[in-house]
Amino acid sequence: MAKFGKKTKASQEIPTSALPDIIFMLLFFFMVTTVMREAEVKVEQKIPKAEQIKKLEKKTLVSYIYIGRPTVGGFGSEPRIQVNDVFVYPNDIVQFVEEERSKLKEEEKDQLTISLKVDKNARMGIVTDVQEELKEANALKVMYSAPKGQNTANAASIIGQ
Amino acid sequence: MKKKDRGGAEVNSSSMADIAFLLLVFFLVTTTIPNENGLMIQLPPKQPEDTPPVEQAEQNVFKVRINSADKLLVEDEPLEDISKLKEMAIEHITNPTGSKEFADSPGKAIVSLKNDRGTSYETFITVLDQLQGAYYEIWGRSVGLTADEYRNLDRKNPDELELYELAKTRTGLKGMSISIAQPTSTGG
Repeated sequence: MAKFGKKTKASQEIPTSALPDIIFMLLFFFMVTTVMREAEVKVEQKIPKAEQIKKLEKKTLVSYIYIGRPTVGGFGSEPRIQVNDVFVYPNDIVQFVEEERSKLKEEEKDQLTISLKVDKNARMGIVTDVQEELKEANALKVMYSAPKGQNTANAASIIGQ
Repeated sequence: MKKKDRGGAEVNSSSMADIAFLLLVFFLVTTTIPNENGLMIQLPPKQPEDTPPVEQAEQNVFKVRINSADKLLVEDEPLEDISKLKEMAIEHITNPTGSKEFADSPGKAIVSLKNDRGTSYETFITVLDQLQGAYYEIWGRSVGLTADEYRNLDRKNPDELELYELAKTRTGLKGMSISIAQPTSTGG
């Protein structure tokens, strides 16, 4: 096979000079999309799933309220409401909404959406209290945050027993 | 003097990839893709204390009650299997047989959801999910889509917007009328 023998020896290495560029591209993507968590969540968050979910379009318009059993000591074992970094009582929510609203642009102020992240073991009493305060604050767009999926079992038959 | 043999004046960049990888891994680990999905509801505006309650014809109202033990009462009948709720709601709202027990017309139908302060949030979400599913299903069916397809119609796209509006006119249902009443307080 003299024909093949004549071939000049090409380098067998894969050129890796472009590798850093590729990695940097990925890096920038993640740097740009990363949203550093604003508040550390200090309540239990096992959020029940739902099927009929909608996706929020503008994330800047969303403010979060977390409800669940505190995971840090000294706050009892009953579900509590957390906004930003602190535990609050329902009557503080009006003020919270006003603060959140003041961060938005003038034309977007009425589009403020409150996302409720509620632990599945919380009772509706506390959720209703929060909703009443939201009505008071005129923040009427509410989203019950829920990932897509089906709850593993018929909730009523398990909890009801 | 002997001439120095100058090699290429290149900076050694082979470890660049390693550094970039390190940063990449850091961001991969710390990133939490925010989960912005959920059930949207529109709360009713606050009413003055002395507003008289609006009376609704009994047949138009689809009553769902949840007690503090997470048991359901639908149209005054106990219901064990929550997944049946969707079909029941659809039947009530659309009333295909023209029955006197169900709503006059879809536009007049009201779903009344009332829970207890002790009802668990999980049950509440499951029920609300079923009820919202019923509405999407009705709209979807009228234009030959599934509930999922209808819900995910992009209203910024003119074609899809047209379909979205078409379903609303065909069914005579402008929006969801799910009324979440003040809870009772036997438990919780």
